[in-house]
Amino acid sequence: MVEHGIHATQAVVTLDVALPGIIWGWMITLNMWAKSVGTGVILVGAFLLYRHKKEEMPNIRWMMPLISFIFLNIFLLFTLTDLHQPYRMINIFLHPHWTSAITVGAWMASLFTGLITILMVIGYFDAHPNVRKHGACAKAAREHSALYEKLFPFVVFLAVPVTLYTAIIMAEASARELWQAPAEVMQMMWAALLAGSAGLIFISGSWSKESRRDLALVLAIATFFSFLMYMGEYFFSFKSAEAEATLAYVHSGGEYNAEFWFAMVLGFIIPFFLAVKNMKEDNKTMLRFAAILALIGLYMAKDVWLKIPQLLNLS
Amino acid sequence: MKLGFLVDLNLCMGCKGCEVACKVENEVPLGSWRLRVKYIDIGTFPDTSRSFTPLRCNHCESAPCERICPVSALHYLENGIVNVDSSRCIGCAGCMMACPYGAIYMDPETNTADKCTYCAHRVESGMMPACVVICPVQANIFGDIDDDTSHISQYIMEHQGAVQVRKPEKHTTPKHFYVGGGNQTLNPLAQQRLEGYNLFNNVTHLKHIGDPHHGVIDRFLAPFTSHEHLDNKSFMDFDNSHESHEEEGGH
Repeated sequence: MVEHGIHATQAVVTLDVALPGIIWGWMITLNMWAKSVGTGVILVGAFLLYRHKKEEMPNIRWMMPLISFIFLNIFLLFTLTDLHQPYRMINIFLHPHWTSAITVGAWMASLFTGLITILMVIGYFDAHPNVRKHGACAKAAREHSALYEKLFPFVVFLAVPVTLYTAIIMAEASARELWQAPAEVMQMMWAALLAGSAGLIFISGSWSKESRRDLALVLAIATFFSFLMYMGEYFFSFKSAEAEATLAYVHSGGEYNAEFWFAMVLGFIIPFFLAVKNMKEDNKTMLRFAAILALIGLYMAKDVWLKIPQLLNLS
Repeated sequence: MKLGFLVDLNLCMGCKGCEVACKVENEVPLGSWRLRVKYIDIGTFPDTSRSFTPLRCNHCESAPCERICPVSALHYLENGIVNVDSSRCIGCAGCMMACPYGAIYMDPETNTADKCTYCAHRVESGMMPACVVICPVQANIFGDIDDDTSHISQYIMEHQGAVQVRKPEKHTTPKHFYVGGGNQTLNPLAQQRLEGYNLFNNVTHLKHIGDPHHGVIDRFLAPFTSHEHLDNKSFMDFDNSHESHEEEGGH
């Protein structure tokens, strides 16, 4: 924990029990990061499908839900792995406690993953008409091809609360006052747009220049506002005395200070300039490089933001 | 009925009897605590004093741990006690992140969250909590704060103005009160915590949550394998595997 104290009291803790260190560690970071990609590709994909014809982005109809499916399963796997009683996860469905954002989130994320799976299956078999021509599953998927367009608006709608509910969990973790819901909600949304655009950049090689320019635009805006949010929270937020003391400790070169700035530069500042440059030049390699940096930086930023509040001394 | 707890810090002499009684009564594992007595030294030599603060679950009326628990493992009893159902707990540690008092621990043997329950099992059979019974100076006072004639209610009335709760700004409405003791005892910002300079132990941080011998895979295999119990030796081995505080200039 962070050492606090005022000189005037001359009060020193001389005997105490061992205190737990970081309680929510890298698994929670990975879980949040993967969820940002999983929901972000749907949100950014929906924006692109609204702006452009799907023929301009030939693989988006199946690659978008596939990326989402993979990252949502990473998210669900690490959610499960982080539990000390993983098999009891079922209790969230059998004995739900609806005041808990963990419960509400688990239900929504499960539903979201189910719908994404349907989109992925339909999208894949539509895009590959020669695969398993006589297979029952492939046949059923192709017969219900129209379901994709009907489900998609619900999936996009659901992606928003699935992106944001973790912010409410953080707010409910009320001992850690750096996690304030309003700011955290916005951070989660920008993180999803950043991760979503970065995720789609890797499959955008065959897309039209205009759609790739829109991806670069989303990445630039998301990195810019993410950076602003972190700066605002890091320097100009006013919290409880304990949280302020913890931030002052980090500011003065304490734990996670270097990682925080590394994340800001790697995840937000460099990708912002690369994305802005790419809006004029359409350099696929540069855009992919920006996407990789943004994803690495986002992981580090989330990791730091998760751990700093756990430095708060509670007693 | 609303059960509450009051510690008169003017009486507490830091014997740790309550801490030991709690450990024995509730089989609290090594390295974990439901109730702990923190020592604070105040002042500059020769004008110094030592104060003792027993810390336990505050059984808040608006408990953040109860709100965040996804499976109602933390729940209210009719008498106001915030109880734990360890058979339902999924071990997400949400309650540990929510409790502003750091009063919840992950039991390394059951891999579930646990905390002070005001000895709910004893209270149910008409007995006092173990820490109340053991206290040699009757610094621990327990009873119904809804009943004006109860000892605790009368104590609170007699000491109006001197009754404190921990972190009132959190709006958790704690049902655990303190009488006496200055601001230094209850406010973490008013004390310094110098790592490695504790009186009897040089362990200040637990580097693990849950059983140190149980890795990620073990969590999944646990129901199918026999459980390895922690004992003093395994705990000491774990402690020795980390760098000692002597290297950092501690004791």
